[in-house]
Amino acid sequence: MTNTLKTFLTLIAVLGLLAGCSSNKEADEPMDEPVVEATPEPTEEPMADPLADIRGLDTVFYFDFDQYILKAEARSALMVYAEVLKNAPTSIRLEGHADERGTREYNMALGERRANAVRDFLVLQGVDASYIETVSYGEERPARLGSDEGSWSENRRVEIILSI
Amino acid sequence: MIKKLALCFVALSFSVFARAELMIEITQGMDNPTPIAIVPFAGARGLPENVSKIVSDDLLRSGFFRPVPPSDMLSLPQREQDIFYRDWRVLGTEFLVIGNIQRGRSTANPDQFVLEFALYDVFGQRRVLRQVLTGGEKELRDMAHAISDAVYEAITGIRGAFSTKILYIEDMNKPGSARYRLVVADADGARPKVIFTSSEPLLSPSWSSDMKQVAYVSFETSRPAIFRHNLVTGVREQLTDFQGLNGAPAWSPDNSKLALVLSKDGDPEIYTLEIATRKLTRITRHFAIDTEPNWTADGKGLIFTSNRGGNPQIYQIGLESGRIERLTFEGDYNARPRVSPDGKSLVMVHRYKGVFHIAWQDIASGDMRILTETWLDESPSIAPNGAMLLYATQYKGKGVLAAVSMDAGVKFKLPSKQGDVREPAWSPFISE
Repeated sequence: MTNTLKTFLTLIAVLGLLAGCSSNKEADEPMDEPVVEATPEPTEEPMADPLADIRGLDTVFYFDFDQYILKAEARSALMVYAEVLKNAPTSIRLEGHADERGTREYNMALGERRANAVRDFLVLQGVDASYIETVSYGEERPARLGSDEGSWSENRRVEIILSI
Repeated sequence: MIKKLALCFVALSFSVFARAELMIEITQGMDNPTPIAIVPFAGARGLPENVSKIVSDDLLRSGFFRPVPPSDMLSLPQREQDIFYRDWRVLGTEFLVIGNIQRGRSTANPDQFVLEFALYDVFGQRRVLRQVLTGGEKELRDMAHAISDAVYEAITGIRGAFSTKILYIEDMNKPGSARYRLVVADADGARPKVIFTSSEPLLSPSWSSDMKQVAYVSFETSRPAIFRHNLVTGVREQLTDFQGLNGAPAWSPDNSKLALVLSKDGDPEIYTLEIATRKLTRITRHFAIDTEPNWTADGKGLIFTSNRGGNPQIYQIGLESGRIERLTFEGDYNARPRVSPDGKSLVMVHRYKGVFHIAWQDIASGDMRILTETWLDESPSIAPNGAMLLYATQYKGKGVLAAVSMDAGVKFKLPSKQGDVREPAWSPFISE
């Protein structure tokens, strides 16, 4: 709970700084009360979105059954993520999932392994590990219901959740 | 050998009040079940529970018995002197149960029911058992299960498990604070009671051996955490909040510890947590996935799933010695073991030709047999008498519970009227 709150506040603070920089105002505003300053209205004058390069990228990466090895297409997309996240450190949450086959707790471990595979790749590319949170949902949160290979392959995945 | 009986009946349909969420469908019975007659009990008219019907259903579900329908009975004896053994011999009935229920026999407890029943051996023409039970109106169902337990044990020599309970998780499949439910019910699915609800997933419910507490995994903090929940007081307590996995809690036979899975040090490893002191002891050390611990019957070891050999298999570790032994060798996916109460066999999820079934294995010989024909079978949980196991499967696109006897001779399922039902946990025997 406190972790989530901390992450949230950190984010707000980061966002506040970014917003401050881009508008060149209140740059030396103390960090203590960023919450009020930091919630920018989307309609106000646009600021440069440091994450613009990854907004359109895939946020879901798929895996083979009982596997947690990144596929080639995931690697190339994650390279772009890594580049952007290195320059604009942002908290991300990696949610690992499994398909419904096999046992639930083993699938929890599998989901975590998949999330860790994405995390380790990003860290290897230079992303600060402290900005990455991983959590496994195992088979508890399928993206698609159904007991067929089509559904299963969509459920064996890691989702990147950007906090902003 | 074993023929499909295509027998189908609905438990509890006699009463609109007893709205069970799980119904029972027998899908396969034993080849030669013992014919038994449960004569409708005297004084049962107008009661909220049909006691003799509950007994009859219990015995049918065990697979050992074929209850005679009351409509086939030639006489309905209510006292021993009314029994004409010939009436039952012509029907081929081997055993006979009669009984009567009286209310208000005690002036001190006018609402108390006194239930008297007796079991007779038709061919031997003798009484096998006679008992008197007492209880309130709400306990009529418990009294019925107690009769089933006594009759079952007297005839088979195996302790009956009809009075036990089951835990399960139900996913109502619609977002909201009550999407996931932890439910406790009678072993026949009747009297479901929701213990806890959450908008986030719940999994891995586990009984303490005194049945006073359950442990489970909840995602309510947006991460998995292990909770324990006292069923008597209703008090809940979060036991773990580590980075990574917090899963698969299993109570030790003496209730002092939980075996569980944490990945705080990088890899999923099995630990024990001493509940009184919160002392955490790491049991496994391997870069592979180690999970799904289950205590051996003597509490001196753990049986668990590990993919250290390249794919998930079952291993055993001695808590004192730390010695690890691989137990399964057949197939490329064996997981979530549960040890039988006598400690001699285990059941698990086993993949055969790409399909997930429940399998049984004799520990000493390593002989394995597949018990279920359905697919996506998981979470086997053995009854405390070792006669049957419950597991989760899919039926008509829904998650349901099903049961199979340890010799695969008897099968039934408990279809759900509402959400997806999964992860059954069969309770220990109720301690007196």
